[in-house]
Amino acid sequence: MKIHIRNGRIIDPMNARDGVGDLYIAAGKIVGNGQAPADFHANRTLDATGLIVCPGLVDLSVRLREPGYEYRATLESEMLAAAAGGITSLACPPDTDPPLDEPGLVEMLKFRAKNLPGPRVYPLGALTQKLEGRALTEMAELTEAGCRAFTQADAPLTDTLVLLRAMEYAATFGFSLWLRPQDVALAREGVAHDGAVASRLGLPGIPALAETVALATILQLARETGARVHLARLSTREGIAMVRAAKAQGLAVSCDVAATHVHLSENDLVGFDAHMHLVPPLRSLRDRDAIREALRDGSLDALCSDHTPVDEDAKQVPFGESEPGASGVELLLPLTLKWAREMGVPLLQALDLVTWKPAQILGVPGGHLSVGACADVCIFDAAAEWVVTPQALASQGDNTPFLGHPMQGRVRYTVIDGHIDFEAPR
Amino acid sequence: MNLQLTEDGRLRHLLTLDGLPRAIVTQILDTAESFMDVGEREVKKVPLLRGKSIFNLFFEPSTRTRTTFEIAAKRLSADVVNLNIATSSQTKGEAILDTVDNLAAMHADMFIVRHAQSGAAHFIARHVAPHISVVNAGDGRHAHPTQGLLDMFTIRRYKGAFHNLTVAIVGDVLHSRVARSQIHALTTLGVPEVRVIGPKTLLPTGVEQMGVKVFHDMEAGLRGCDVIIMLRLQNERMKGALLPSAQEYFKFFGLTPEKLALAKPDAIVMHPGPMNRGVEIASEVADGPQSVILPQVTYGIAVRMAVMAMLAGGPSA
Repeated sequence: MKIHIRNGRIIDPMNARDGVGDLYIAAGKIVGNGQAPADFHANRTLDATGLIVCPGLVDLSVRLREPGYEYRATLESEMLAAAAGGITSLACPPDTDPPLDEPGLVEMLKFRAKNLPGPRVYPLGALTQKLEGRALTEMAELTEAGCRAFTQADAPLTDTLVLLRAMEYAATFGFSLWLRPQDVALAREGVAHDGAVASRLGLPGIPALAETVALATILQLARETGARVHLARLSTREGIAMVRAAKAQGLAVSCDVAATHVHLSENDLVGFDAHMHLVPPLRSLRDRDAIREALRDGSLDALCSDHTPVDEDAKQVPFGESEPGASGVELLLPLTLKWAREMGVPLLQALDLVTWKPAQILGVPGGHLSVGACADVCIFDAAAEWVVTPQALASQGDNTPFLGHPMQGRVRYTVIDGHIDFEAPR
Repeated sequence: MNLQLTEDGRLRHLLTLDGLPRAIVTQILDTAESFMDVGEREVKKVPLLRGKSIFNLFFEPSTRTRTTFEIAAKRLSADVVNLNIATSSQTKGEAILDTVDNLAAMHADMFIVRHAQSGAAHFIARHVAPHISVVNAGDGRHAHPTQGLLDMFTIRRYKGAFHNLTVAIVGDVLHSRVARSQIHALTTLGVPEVRVIGPKTLLPTGVEQMGVKVFHDMEAGLRGCDVIIMLRLQNERMKGALLPSAQEYFKFFGLTPEKLALAKPDAIVMHPGPMNRGVEIASEVADGPQSVILPQVTYGIAVRMAVMAMLAGGPSA
């Protein structure tokens, strides 16, 4: 299939390019950028006049809910939703049932995903067997099966010695560890940020300290072992400052934040809406503003959706009993654009956070539009306005804190590996 | 957004005292005053809620709160059904909303709800049909508005006004829905100084932002107070990481006659009950002349009658 994307505003952060032009795709590759290659005859021409053409989005955390939680969402539904969100590559955390702790499970997931339309699926392997935090998984075998990194996802790892050994072992082979810093004891029983709002609402708190204490341990162990560490879902101003300082000292760590946390804060919990029950918790406005600034100054490397479909029954209970998480693959792009508009950040810089930078963290092809690169492309209308409703979302998870919110920016086409996997209905 | 008021500003549910307008709080207290004599009559009933069905929906065990609601409802001539769900369908795994829907199908007019989760009453109120009112009888650590109101009623009876008072709330504010409701009511009614006294382990983060002054030294905190409200210390908090022992707690935060003497001579002592004698309060104080703990219970009935009458839309007596 040969595709000619005509007259779009091409924004390619890796190549620092922002300008109107044409893009040519053949055999799953980008074969021309600006100039058509000789003898190029398109099977399909996409008119991108007035639209933005950027690398397909790379999302560092998308729960596909398979295996084990198909009642919440299926691979089909969530891959379609991701494609509708302009995502062409995604990392899938191992907190499935059973967890992704054996090569066979990883191979099965990759096989299932490969035979469905939608993004390239990169599983993250469980760091410990059954995610129990005790025994290491066969990381080398899992890597051969296709795991890009190892993580506990949100499962606790209380034993610091196990964490040290995991880092030493991973460092032996050069594997990377993705860790969400949260001290288990300090976060115990908490459901909301420990601050003025949780105090007023009487919700058990998770202090900012839960993040910084765990971060101090992780950073120290990373320095000692030389392990490659990616810090997932930072949520506090102090935590971001610690990572900024560690990077300044030359520690090779990267970090990301969930798009929800760029826009929401503890104040949104008033009224006890269970859709605001997230992990990590929505923190103070001060923390949120620090996140917004750290994305601008580059201290935070990537934005992800942290897509977690939860079925409505699990949200139709009092706040503290509800299952945390938000569906988000279709909101990653509009929420990134919203942040960029509000902060006055150029699109070239904003889109870097959801394309090239996460592609590097995950270590996968894609994330840029160089000639010869794989043809993963997102074409969107930055001005299109829409309202978030269950009907407007393809995901099976309707659990988003943004229900009823107006959004600006909607995907028109998603091209994955040279195929048009999503095309917005006209 | 304001779930507990109708569009024309009348009470629709009673979920929290946080943000409840002063005029409504005062109206509830005035209405309660008018019900005070009902309990003294030979026939202790008024026909305001005749034909109405009130369901006591207790997802968490309670004896005294449930009983006072029941008495209040019966004095208003309502039909009362008590459901201790902690021991029935919830243990069979029935979802709260299914329970609520089933009871609504039995033509309930009002739910009195107690639940261990903060926000449970809000959750139910958001779900019920427009003709059903919800009264929060305690949700987690969040709110216990009728207790807060009966405490205000008690203070008004003994002190006459609020604008010149210093009120201290002592003890486990962190886990207390009662304390939160009291703080909101006191600040709404214009009490110039509300103090909270307790060890750092038992005070919520950022409690100052609720408009209170924080004291860790009880003697300093009690000086010059007009009203002292002691909070119950739950058994499970007495040993562990929050407090080393009940004895040490009593030594530093228990109300003794010596500490009471630091407050104004006419200060009153309140407690929402049930008390732990010798833990948060000495028996000499609990049974002493400055204690108004038993009148609080009596007033609780009139205040709950007032809330139910106003919710049912009847004339304010």
